[in-house]
Amino acid sequence: MDIDVKNVAMLARIRLTDAEATELGPQLERIVGYVEQLAAVNTEGVTATAHPHDMAMPLRADVVSNTNQRDALQTAAPKTESGLYVVPKVIE
Amino acid sequence: MAYRSLTELADQLERGETTAVELAQQYLARIEAHNPTLNAFVHCDAEHVLAQAEASDAYRAKHGARAMEGLPIAVKDIFCTSDGPTQCCSNILKGYHAPYDAHVITRLKEAGAVLVGKTNMDEFAMGSSNETSAFGSCRNPWHTDCIPGGSSGGSAAAVAAALTPAALGTDTGGSIRQPASLCGITGLKPTYGRVSRRGIIAFASSLDQAGAMTRTVRDAALLTGTISGHDPADATSAADAPDVDWLAACETRDMQGLRIGRPKEYFIDGMDPGVRAAVDAALEQCKALGAEIVDISLPHTQYAVAAYYVIAPSEASANLSRYDGVRFGHRCEHPEDLLDMYTRSRDEGFGAEVKRRILTGAFALSSGYYDAYYLKAQQVRTLIRQDFQQAFEQVDVIATPTSPVPAFRIGEKTDDPLTMYLSDVFTIAVNLAGLPGLSQPCGMVDGLPAGLQWIAPAWQEGRLLAAAAAYEAATPWHQQTPADFTAGEQA
Amino acid sequence: MSWEVVIGLEVHVQVNTKTKAFCGCSTAFGAEPNTQTCPVCLGMPGQLPVLNAEAVQKTILTGLAINATINLESRFDRKNYFYPDLPKGYQISQFAVPLVEKGYLDIPVGDGEKRIGITRIHMEEDAGKSMHEGLEGVSHIDLNRSGVPLMEIVSEPDMRSADEAIAYLKQLHQLIRFLDVSDGDMEKGQFRCDANVSVRRPGEPFGTRAELKNLNSFRFIKQAIEYEANRQIELIEDGGEVVQETRLFDSAKGESRSMRSKEEAHDYRYFPEPDLPPLRVSAEEVAAIRAGMPELPGQLRQRFEQEYGLSAYDADVLTQTRELATWYEQLVAAHPKDPKRCANWMANELLGRLNEAGRDIADSPVNAQALAGLLDRIEDGTISGKIAKDVLDAMMASGDSADAVIEAKGLKQVSDTGAIDALIREVMAANPQQVEQYRNGRDKLFGFFVGQVMKATRGQANPAVVNQRLKILLQD
Repeated sequence: MDIDVKNVAMLARIRLTDAEATELGPQLERIVGYVEQLAAVNTEGVTATAHPHDMAMPLRADVVSNTNQRDALQTAAPKTESGLYVVPKVIE
Repeated sequence: MAYRSLTELADQLERGETTAVELAQQYLARIEAHNPTLNAFVHCDAEHVLAQAEASDAYRAKHGARAMEGLPIAVKDIFCTSDGPTQCCSNILKGYHAPYDAHVITRLKEAGAVLVGKTNMDEFAMGSSNETSAFGSCRNPWHTDCIPGGSSGGSAAAVAAALTPAALGTDTGGSIRQPASLCGITGLKPTYGRVSRRGIIAFASSLDQAGAMTRTVRDAALLTGTISGHDPADATSAADAPDVDWLAACETRDMQGLRIGRPKEYFIDGMDPGVRAAVDAALEQCKALGAEIVDISLPHTQYAVAAYYVIAPSEASANLSRYDGVRFGHRCEHPEDLLDMYTRSRDEGFGAEVKRRILTGAFALSSGYYDAYYLKAQQVRTLIRQDFQQAFEQVDVIATPTSPVPAFRIGEKTDDPLTMYLSDVFTIAVNLAGLPGLSQPCGMVDGLPAGLQWIAPAWQEGRLLAAAAAYEAATPWHQQTPADFTAGEQA
Repeated sequence: MSWEVVIGLEVHVQVNTKTKAFCGCSTAFGAEPNTQTCPVCLGMPGQLPVLNAEAVQKTILTGLAINATINLESRFDRKNYFYPDLPKGYQISQFAVPLVEKGYLDIPVGDGEKRIGITRIHMEEDAGKSMHEGLEGVSHIDLNRSGVPLMEIVSEPDMRSADEAIAYLKQLHQLIRFLDVSDGDMEKGQFRCDANVSVRRPGEPFGTRAELKNLNSFRFIKQAIEYEANRQIELIEDGGEVVQETRLFDSAKGESRSMRSKEEAHDYRYFPEPDLPPLRVSAEEVAAIRAGMPELPGQLRQRFEQEYGLSAYDADVLTQTRELATWYEQLVAAHPKDPKRCANWMANELLGRLNEAGRDIADSPVNAQALAGLLDRIEDGTISGKIAKDVLDAMMASGDSADAVIEAKGLKQVSDTGAIDALIREVMAANPQQVEQYRNGRDKLFGFFVGQVMKATRGQANPAVVNQRLKILLQD
């Protein structure tokens, strides 16, 4: 298994230096190589388990339950201005 | 005093022999004395602990005691608390203060517990040794050159060294049971959906479950009973879970008529002979208590680790996308542009193991690989669930070793992530199937504890507690204490 | 050889619930930035989604209205991508199994109808808003919209012209407003459209498509599709090849540009949302929603034609929105004698005036009862139709009733023959020459006399009576 670790890192938005990529690449390949033993299991017709128990989703009534907590919620923000989160320019 | 169980402490408080403030002072003194060696706590605000204890004593005087009145409880740094920092032992959340309590924290506060602080853990619960913590390794009280296990290593070490009588951990692939085993305490991972996940920082949402880490089986029952129950704000919290009579289940003293499954896949070559001997002896003890040992097979066990290392990293890769430096958490200095802000903040904020798992997950979900990895792992997960369902047609509970090896030395496995992953080989299947599991001490191997794991069908925590309580009553292992931290203690 | 344009549309419709899809934050439009956010819709650590029941109901209702299959078990997935206005780094959406599948909408094309297939409607959450204008090197993020429930309505590539696409969108827009599942305000982004456009020679397989984003008015959509089709045709005719890409339409320049970013091709890494078990709805619940379905525009149009004898045109105008149709029926209830007169007055006079004033039927200063009052006065001959128009103007301006306006302005129609005869005699006396000529056979002058009499009464004379009396008196 050859993994384009830089591409995967870009998908995950993690900067990888060349040195890190050189170290992580083979580690990832070993992990994925280990995982590949799953191919040996016959799963024909087997349903996929996404949730450990068979249960239905509970729903919520459409009632407003939150009030303005902006100031409290923005204390953890790295950068805000007039109640807006500030980020480097988004280029569309 | 310190090595007493929650149950004993509650009795002493009830009889007026001590107060919540006195207890808090004693444990705070032990934290001050021993935490520099163990690094089990990453946050402890003595003043705030004493304030809670005072409030608890006042409440008791006025209204009488609630379920956990005045009892000190430590919690893993993964639980959001509105008082003090919640950092998940990650640099990306350094200095983060959650503006809310996790549901289980609310439960503890409502029950009158005194929260003594945040315990060390592997960063974002990703690890089996506590070595990936951004705040440094926690050490095993039985041997301080050894790891305490992970990811709830700080909680396990804190309870084992009696820096707190009990603690909360979380368990995604064994993170309560494995460190409990390695530190010689009791750890109970409840059925998935028994305990609300709200306010617990997510690692792998379909596997994560919070639970108790305690000195005794009864304490585990008391603490689990306090934190469990339906939470309408967690869509995976079970609304109609069968009730457990938590404390009554712990009164069991024999195993008459109990059918214990012994899965052959859990007694394998390569496991530590000392651990194996301890578990074999434990099963003999169970027989002596009246149990029937039934050889069973869980044939897909061998694929559990592989399935887990697709499913958990995949879910984690998405769960950790929110740490982007926009609304909270670490943002790099002077980002050149948006992409630089993302990639550098996340590079600086996450440790190597977290990055490995995020990348593994992003890869497994990426275009062209989903079916071969993610979908396949989910199908294997179904087969693992079915293995358990079939086994529980023959037996009431299953008994296995918790970890194939006792605590290993710090640094011993850090170079080889895969070998580290394989140390969870006996605990992972339980999470994949959403079942309850309990680890309790069952012997010593060269001065290090070995653990016995009990597994029951979904919602049957009562069975685990009954078997474990009977075993505990017949054996001395839970009373063992690590010598270095016992000095100066009055029995 | 000719070219055929192939168009499929993806429409994002904001569901008009009170709260967001997965948390109890208000969805009210126009609040101060980030004041309608909470730990859940900010994606803070440990926070979990719980789905809004009303959003499910409204999506099912929409599905039933397009004759679609409602999946009794559907699932939610995570769509992974990084964007500052997407707090969790993934959007909760329905990918593998949507709530609604396989429906259709019949749209008017020429004199007939054309059936446009609807592949699916899935539920998802909206993102926040990024603002760049007037900012140097930074963007500002407002997350009030983050987590607002959306329906994404995906059509089959069944449309063959920009006009068909517009007809489909208008039909869909009318439908969702009728069902009251969305306010559909395009300026507020409550009805947003992406278009997949390709061209081919008739009979050949589909060509490579481009996805046009950011189409936020019917006019732009038409422009954008036509621009894109021409761009592709020219490209192919010049020997080039269409590449599959996303293009952003710039309404100011009237052209589109490629959004291909240097960073990566999108790989959304969909997987089942582990925080949400499957969504299950029972057949009984679906049946109950179906039973509560309001009359749809087509049914209403037909009923208006049959029950009230309206022209196809009037029926169409009066069923454009649920509010209009309801208003019309209130009007008919208050003035039951002549539903056609009701339709004429509402469609032509009232709506015309509201349109000029830029007002909606909902804030018309003249309500259905008041307009009926005016029509009653025409009916009983108190005023003429012509005067009634002036009365309506006055009613619009003052909000007064028809009777009050007629009384205050003294506009009551004169039908008294004695008074009219006197006026006619005055007119005849003042115009002896014309009387002479008329009597000598110049019939055309009759109109002149009518005009003079009406002028003398400032239009208040009953025209029928004036006609009748003039004929008699001019003969004398």
